[in-house]
Amino acid sequence: MAEQKHNEHLLELACPVEGGDFIHAGEVASKIKKVLKEIGVSQEVVRRTAIATYEAEMNVVCYARRGKFYLTITPDCLKIVVQDEGQGIEDIELAMKEGYSTASPQIREMGFGAGMGLPNIKKNVDQLQITSVVGEGTRLEMDIFTRC
Amino acid sequence: MTLKEIKEILNAEVLVGGEYLDSEVRDAFAADLLSDVLAFAKEGTLLITGITNPQVIRTAEMLELMGIVFVRGKRPDGDAMRLAQMKKVPLLSTRYIMFETCGRLFKNGVAGCIEKVENGRAEA
Repeated sequence: MAEQKHNEHLLELACPVEGGDFIHAGEVASKIKKVLKEIGVSQEVVRRTAIATYEAEMNVVCYARRGKFYLTITPDCLKIVVQDEGQGIEDIELAMKEGYSTASPQIREMGFGAGMGLPNIKKNVDQLQITSVVGEGTRLEMDIFTRC
Repeated sequence: MTLKEIKEILNAEVLVGGEYLDSEVRDAFAADLLSDVLAFAKEGTLLITGITNPQVIRTAEMLELMGIVFVRGKRPDGDAMRLAQMKKVPLLSTRYIMFETCGRLFKNGVAGCIEKVENGRAEA
């Protein structure tokens, strides 16, 4: 379950996600969205974060065995780290291209796997860093600045 | 236009959210690809789709869409219906195909939430 730590300047949240669990897919993004709304982050930041985390969560559910989301909120920035155990990404540059996808027919039937996930994440965050080891897993670091 | 008027134009059945029929519908987006919905639909938009799984409800929740119209007589299963009730997402089902659904709404003054896409991005 989610662990939450809170002090004056910092809030941290860690949530696990199970690969292949399509019924609960989206619950972590939903939880993060709720937390951001509660602490009064601007609507635009809430929306961008919700889209990016939901896409990232669907990626873990679709492609990994399991993963964990870490949310850190500082006065200037939201940082979301997604670390998964799974197949990894062979060619990150290719995976970032719109339309490129390795999705199964099952994933496509659900309305995903159009090769839009990572590009859409990139569009909605201010900084995105992806590192991956094939056969081990992928790590996404997303930063969203809350002050301009 | 209200959701109630949408229901009448499309001869639709209300599956979830009968209490929200007075809500105003500003504009709409139609797709069977949730990735496209996530990329292009706007907050408060009405979604027209043939996708009925729980992920479409999650997508509506994330984007704060105003409701979903399922086309071709489709209806979501129990999990998706329960999620929609929990997240307060109104659901309608019409027997019209997507083209007819969009055409009838457009004719009655419902605009697209964006007009076109340029280089993969919504045009301002």
